[in-house]
Amino acid sequence: MKNSNCPALSIKRLTKTYDDSFQALKGIDLDVAQGDFFALLGPNGAGKSTTIGIICSLVRKTSGSIKVFEHDIDADFSSAKQLIGIVPQEFNFNQFEKPIDILVAQAGYFGIRSDIALQRAEKYLRQLGLWERRNDLSRNLSGGMKRRLMIARALIHEPKLLVLDEPTAGVDIELRRSMWDFLREINGKGTTIILTTHYLEEAESLCRNIAIIDHGVIVQNTSIKDLLKQLNRETFVLDVQDDLSDCPLLPGYDVTLIDKHSLEVEVAKTQSINGVFEALNEQNICVLSMRNKTNRLEELFFDMVERNLIQSDGSSFND
Amino acid sequence: MTNYQKWIAFETILRRELRRFLRIWPQTLLPPVITIILYFVIFGQLIGSRIGTMSGLPYIQFVAPGLIMMSVITNSYSNVVSSFFGSKFQRNIEELLVSPTPNWIILLGYVAGGMCRGLGVGFIVTLLSLYFADFSIHSVPITLGIVLMTSLMFSLAGLINAIFAANFDDISIIPTFVLTPLTYLGGVFYSIDLLGEFWRNLSMLNPVLYMVNAFRFGIAGITDIDIIWSFLMVGLSSAILFFTALNLLEKGSRLRS
Repeated sequence: MKNSNCPALSIKRLTKTYDDSFQALKGIDLDVAQGDFFALLGPNGAGKSTTIGIICSLVRKTSGSIKVFEHDIDADFSSAKQLIGIVPQEFNFNQFEKPIDILVAQAGYFGIRSDIALQRAEKYLRQLGLWERRNDLSRNLSGGMKRRLMIARALIHEPKLLVLDEPTAGVDIELRRSMWDFLREINGKGTTIILTTHYLEEAESLCRNIAIIDHGVIVQNTSIKDLLKQLNRETFVLDVQDDLSDCPLLPGYDVTLIDKHSLEVEVAKTQSINGVFEALNEQNICVLSMRNKTNRLEELFFDMVERNLIQSDGSSFND
Repeated sequence: MTNYQKWIAFETILRRELRRFLRIWPQTLLPPVITIILYFVIFGQLIGSRIGTMSGLPYIQFVAPGLIMMSVITNSYSNVVSSFFGSKFQRNIEELLVSPTPNWIILLGYVAGGMCRGLGVGFIVTLLSLYFADFSIHSVPITLGIVLMTSLMFSLAGLINAIFAANFDDISIIPTFVLTPLTYLGGVFYSIDLLGEFWRNLSMLNPVLYMVNAFRFGIAGITDIDIIWSFLMVGLSSAILFFTALNLLEKGSRLRS
């Protein structure tokens, strides 16, 4: 690293126009600080994967510059690439090779001796729960194992910047949680992580800062905390003790009866949640528990679409 | 990357290539051996015994160098084209593209893998041919020189084919419709002196003819053409193919969006 205070990633005026004239990126600027856990969010086709593809040189940029710890990815590509680890969205390893061979070969491409590569391969395969399957053909691994194999492969040269393109897509909840723990651990040890995800809960749970990209433009670039402050309203689900035959009227609040024991209440940012409890108490309705109906970031995203901060083209955030 | 790191990257690609074709030896090593045995039995012994001599040599001794060269050419080419295209198809070529390995190392690694298979099969076929025909080597430097350069040239050609290939049909079109006719018409089975002037002149445009004749000269000491032209042609073609392949990798043609 040239400068201990430099950004881990610095993108300036990055554009990408594909051969079919589709403009995927329209001049984005983005800085990610060292040690950050950064989320890049956006609907399908927003430009997330194009951005990541350019960072790790699988996609050719049209113009602009990218520096990784101040190493330009064009002028100083060897140093820049040594610092980046990439976990792509789709499986891109030889399905007829064993996990151990895949990792040792990947280390070799980074100029790491095979004895060191074997030690590291054992370390990461153990940490990711794949050591027992190290000699199986990788095509015989489950989807979750294949995804973990790609994480181990991305870490084999111990990069300072780890880029994950939807790492938990198609992974069950339990495994997702254990992957989150693993990512938090390596971030805690100093690795800067950039994550793209469709699981907004993932971004909210893991990341400190966030950029929202849409139609090739960064529409928000702030901390998760500040972004959540923009949330105008939240929906709460209340579980009540007694059977409800009719939806109770709560002045100033939108209420929906889901079933005999559940209510949905929309609370604006300017309103107090206490008002809900007071109104229910006056009607002798006892609340047993309360939870957010949906992910707050997701609500925010759709709220931004409604406010035209993000253009809506009908693309789903969760598909 | 330091030079030592580049060496490790090259060694890694080569080791992976060797492991690949050795793991699937029934597909990579056995078929050419069986094919060449059939050629020796049919063209060398059954038909060859009725032909008599060709350019002053017993027919089986005449065809043996051509058959060895044919196996070197097809195996060098097919190893690189199938391996590199397979990596593109499975997208594991991205493992190399995201690494700091320079493109010329990637090129050398795959080409070295193709040469190992081409020369390995050539060596096995040479041993087998000793069972069918008696021959000694007229010139070791010429024999080794031309076989190495030929293997290099067709490995490079295989890589370029793989870079351009978009599907599995594309990696069989060149071997089937270009490489096989050139090899069969490249003086493996006959001397071009048997042809009329027009066909002889046309044959002179076939690069395989130069390689087969130079190799036959190295082994048996006879040739239809001046072997200086053989080395010049193969050397120049290899240089052009090398820089073409390197340029394609540098530009990321068909590899990077």
